[in-house]
Amino acid sequence: MSTVTTTPADDRVGTRSAASTVLARPEVGALIGAIAVAALFFAVAPAFRSVGNVGTILYGSSTIGIMAVVVALLMIGGEFDLSAGVAVTTSGLTAAHTAWYFGLNVWAGVGVALLMSLAIGAFNGWLLHKTGLPSFLVTLGTFFVLQGVNLAMTRVIAGGVSSNSLNDLDGFDSAKAVFASSLTLGPVEVKIPVIYWFLLTVVAAVLLLRSRYGNWIFAVGGDSAAARAVGVPVVVTKIALFMGVGFGAWLLGMHLLFEYNNLQSGQGVGNEFIYIIAAVIGGCLLTGGYGSIVGAAVGALIFGMTQLGITYAGWNPDWFKTFLGVMLISSVLVNMYVKRKAEGR
Amino acid sequence: MSTVEETVAPTGDRPVLELENCGKSYGNVHALRGVNINVRQGEVTCVLGDNGAGKSTLIKIISGLHEYTEGSMKVNGVVRQFNSPRVAQAMGIATVYQDLALAPLMAVWRNFFLGNEVRKGPFLDIPTMKRVAGEELTKMGIEIPDLDRPVGSLSGGQRQVIAIARAIYFGAKVIILDEPTAALGVKQSGVVLKYIVKARDAGLGVIFITHNPHHAYLVGNHFIILKLGRVALDAHRDELTLEQLTGEMAGGQELDELSHELAGADPGKVVEGHEVERGAVFDREPAAAPDHEERQ
Repeated sequence: MSTVTTTPADDRVGTRSAASTVLARPEVGALIGAIAVAALFFAVAPAFRSVGNVGTILYGSSTIGIMAVVVALLMIGGEFDLSAGVAVTTSGLTAAHTAWYFGLNVWAGVGVALLMSLAIGAFNGWLLHKTGLPSFLVTLGTFFVLQGVNLAMTRVIAGGVSSNSLNDLDGFDSAKAVFASSLTLGPVEVKIPVIYWFLLTVVAAVLLLRSRYGNWIFAVGGDSAAARAVGVPVVVTKIALFMGVGFGAWLLGMHLLFEYNNLQSGQGVGNEFIYIIAAVIGGCLLTGGYGSIVGAAVGALIFGMTQLGITYAGWNPDWFKTFLGVMLISSVLVNMYVKRKAEGR
Repeated sequence: MSTVEETVAPTGDRPVLELENCGKSYGNVHALRGVNINVRQGEVTCVLGDNGAGKSTLIKIISGLHEYTEGSMKVNGVVRQFNSPRVAQAMGIATVYQDLALAPLMAVWRNFFLGNEVRKGPFLDIPTMKRVAGEELTKMGIEIPDLDRPVGSLSGGQRQVIAIARAIYFGAKVIILDEPTAALGVKQSGVVLKYIVKARDAGLGVIFITHNPHHAYLVGNHFIILKLGRVALDAHRDELTLEQLTGEMAGGQELDELSHELAGADPGKVVEGHEVERGAVFDREPAAAPDHEERQ
């Protein structure tokens, strides 16, 4: 029995061609979609072709992309965050109210907002773990709680629906320089969130694919029981992912606050779905365990291009949401088709 | 568990794992009573039993999911009570469950090192991990040409082997296999049985849980049959033939009754009005059990 006879070589598994290896990557569908959308608006919208507008398109994409990247990480880890949209507003309002109400340096408000955002993320993750409820439900609860808090606290502190202007407080200029400045690269004016978006994409992609923690993210999303059985700290991993979303919400919230000097308390509602859609277009599975950070960033780019392309083409912008819905479904279908082709199954 | 707690090297014939009169009750339900098992390194101990015989309870005690309530369990001669799977793993007892604890969408090498990733600085040492995973799987005699393939696209047998190879690589001294052949076809089962032998030759104590006496008899050194939570048979290979094992497993008397009942049913008979088509089937190999796992 101890001599093992070699079974005839299994010739069913051929080596895959380089093309199908490339096509099997999760972000390919998004790239194809991005090229298609770019080509479409290139053809129909003259303003889309102007180099100067590249900065505008990238800026529009970055305000979605910063969140899409962190939401994609969370989705690969198998969870949703429906509070992500209003959490951005909560973060901005926290900074504005704290600094204005106590007359503090703006940076103190920024710091409190960061703690607040991370705490909201940690709370989402902890509640998920404690209750065992699906994250869809837990974060739906947080979504409503935060929405109410945003409106009520703004009413109490600022006496209206928008936060008070911060521009005469200490540290405003430096905070604006960090979160809402812009720089010029040749003919293109690049707003700073574009840079943050790129950095965040690179950091998150490296984290996911090249670090131990990334391996854990895939595992807790793919099969959390299996992950636990081999010693992956499932709860810690998930809480950290929610805190990552909190960090993204803080970064975007600070940008919006210092870009416009104040924030509307009802802002951000509905954006959580846009982040999720961008991640899904980028190849994330709703069931977790699979997806791509670069894909999510490209998904955000598709949004940015569409949003401005429709305007540049002179179409009625009311169609934007319809276009999004079509994009969502077709990109998922393309992703599925490409995946099946590439895996040859 | 790459850093296994250095336990006393088992010398000679001393069992690595001993259960003495071990049992588990849930309230007034005695799920398992009076089990004596000695697992030695380089030996395959087969635990057989029908559904509900207490096999799962036994695995759960050894793998640390449940604590026993009667008797004692010794690891390398020291009485132990595991309160979590991590403790059992640290003592070198690895369990390969039916669901295998593999994440289906992850690449083979990522799964192999899941929870024990090799790092170079803050980053994964991917070349090393791929190389080691490839080597370890080749050692087990399984060639996976593309370690980047998701585990879910492999056959059931290959997945079993990955789970077994992983347990061995990360320092298991005793490996518990929970019905590794239950969901597999004939060929795939053969593959897994070969690796059980490999694991034995690598010096591991193997506990092979199954309800298939044929599979057990192909590789087992020692057989234990559980019935209604008690040991119904405890015999060495020399004391037993396959027929006896099968008979005991099926419950001797019960099998007699069954064959009596079925005696009147002529297996060659078909319902009137139907004719069995002859031909094609006989040109091929003898019909094997459905290879459904290959399509998963």
